[in-house]
Amino acid sequence: MPDVGSRWILARAEFPSLLGALARAGYRVVGPTVRDGAIVYGSIRSVADLPEGWSDRQEPGTYRLERREDRALFGFNVGPHSWKKYQFPPREQLFTLHRDGSSTFEVAPPPGDEPPTAYLGVRACEIAALRIQDRVFVGGAAIDAGYARRKSRRLVVAVQCGQAGGTCFCVSMGTGPAVRDGFDLSLTELIDAGRHEFLVEVGSPEGARVLEGVPLRPADASDVRAGEARVAHAASSMGRTMETEGIHDLLLANLESPAWEDVGRRCLACTNCTLACPTCFCHSTEEVPDLSAEHVERWRRWDSCFNLSFSELHAGSVRTTTSARYRQWLTHKLATWFDQFGSSGCVGCGRCITWCPVGIDLTAEVRAIRSAAARTRSGSGGSP
Amino acid sequence: MAARPRLAVWKFASCDGCQLSLLDCEDALLSVAGEVEIANFVEASSAVSPGPYDLSLVEGSVTTPDDARRIQEVRAQSRYLVTIGACATAGGIQALRNFGDVEEFRRTVYARPEYIATLATSTAIREHVPVDFELRGCPINKAQLLEVVAAFLHRRRPTVPTGSVCAECKRRGVVCVVVAQGTPCLGPVTQAGCGAICPAYRRGCYGCFGPHDSPNLPAWTRRLGELGLAPEAIVRVYRTFNAGAPAFRAAGDAAAREGA
Repeated sequence: MPDVGSRWILARAEFPSLLGALARAGYRVVGPTVRDGAIVYGSIRSVADLPEGWSDRQEPGTYRLERREDRALFGFNVGPHSWKKYQFPPREQLFTLHRDGSSTFEVAPPPGDEPPTAYLGVRACEIAALRIQDRVFVGGAAIDAGYARRKSRRLVVAVQCGQAGGTCFCVSMGTGPAVRDGFDLSLTELIDAGRHEFLVEVGSPEGARVLEGVPLRPADASDVRAGEARVAHAASSMGRTMETEGIHDLLLANLESPAWEDVGRRCLACTNCTLACPTCFCHSTEEVPDLSAEHVERWRRWDSCFNLSFSELHAGSVRTTTSARYRQWLTHKLATWFDQFGSSGCVGCGRCITWCPVGIDLTAEVRAIRSAAARTRSGSGGSP
Repeated sequence: MAARPRLAVWKFASCDGCQLSLLDCEDALLSVAGEVEIANFVEASSAVSPGPYDLSLVEGSVTTPDDARRIQEVRAQSRYLVTIGACATAGGIQALRNFGDVEEFRRTVYARPEYIATLATSTAIREHVPVDFELRGCPINKAQLLEVVAAFLHRRRPTVPTGSVCAECKRRGVVCVVVAQGTPCLGPVTQAGCGAICPAYRRGCYGCFGPHDSPNLPAWTRRLGELGLAPEAIVRVYRTFNAGAPAFRAAGDAAAREGA
């Protein structure tokens, strides 16, 4: 069995044997696939389901698939879906209650029968996102049973990025593009004239077990250097940068910045950013009774701090304006998340920028707040 | 056994599609019939019992002097009055008359215009009588209808989300047609409820459920322009089934001024 930390070379022609090994090890495989003009996450039954030869072009509010000149399997950046849909499903039944005429309720748990699942193609920023959601759902005093169950059944097959997208900024957030930990297997696609192979790194005993029987050869120093060069290329071509210096105090010291009003005029309060975000975890629970109210289901569904109803208390909503909701989201994501969970809530994946229908870019919003604060400071001594 | 609550279903200017949603509940309709007395529902049965009623579901808008009188009678007989659908809640597609000359329509369309008694506008029920709850949609979603009926039976507030259609796309995993295709879509300004049917088939949202609770129409109008829609086209986008909903009406009017 390969050692944890060892590196191997898998030929492109042998890639199906990796999928076969995952299936033999008892995993259903989910990963990137082309559907409806984007690369989304879905069931992967064969290499033909992967986005071979596809890439994407991303800008604020715009995403387009493009053909690559080569036949790379992972030659694209993150799309509209994230792995949170598997860990923290959009709708999840928490339990059911039955009364059947008696005065006491009987509580039944949900089936909880999700199969062991291999996530194929997890990028460095997405590993960071999984770690953040793990902290939220199972890293504190209260453990979310469903999330914990699904986490115990997941296998992470990472892919190191060889290119960056137009809205990527993982370098700024310190989350990528290199995959350093939090994986069972890590792949780096080595593709150029005459070569199409994968550098495979073993990250866990379970990853090593899965690899048994997969035809591999040991990687040599030049293979490792080739992998590092791919990642370095991605790191040098980030589409965005986020100035994170002092960001916690900057945002919390500027809660009345005019920049919030400005973004409030552009923001649609449509919730796309939060639902595309791989770390946003806000949800609502709702009771679904039948007409007799003898049988009730409790469901949890994705919700968003951009919804008026999300902050509704007994006397109405706390955040009635869109600018207040944008401020709540951004200050939580980039500042108070540190206080609550010990890290930033942003991994620099760029989804909230690409999938905003009006292309609001949080890196630009932070810049606007920073420069408004600087103007205020310099303006206090004279005219601007 | 206590008497079952009495339900009535009323029709004003409408296509009957929302009432049909109730009939379309099939097995669930049998449960409804077990919990309530369906006392007045002429679409389903010619056996009509007189009021008062515990819950009245009102479909359709007010377009005639007779409608305006009749809705007062319905209100007077109803403990709770819930409007169902875009006509009852925003005036419906027939509220397009509000932007035209009804007198001219009457003269042009009818051989004997003097037979036609109609109002110059199509208006929502809310503009005539107090309404306890408005269920959106063209047509309504039958699961939401059952939820509303159950909620009124049990004296609780209905669970009917008032945020955007986008949330339904994202929960379903539907790829955004605006971002990935450049397709004009009303999802970001429209209330959820349909389950994002049109975007799931790669079409833009038509706004059947009317504006959501915090729509930013000026920003969305700008974006529709960037996506290639001329002001006249934007007017048509906002003036459909919910043309009379205040937010869509204001956005359509603003686009019309822009195009003038």
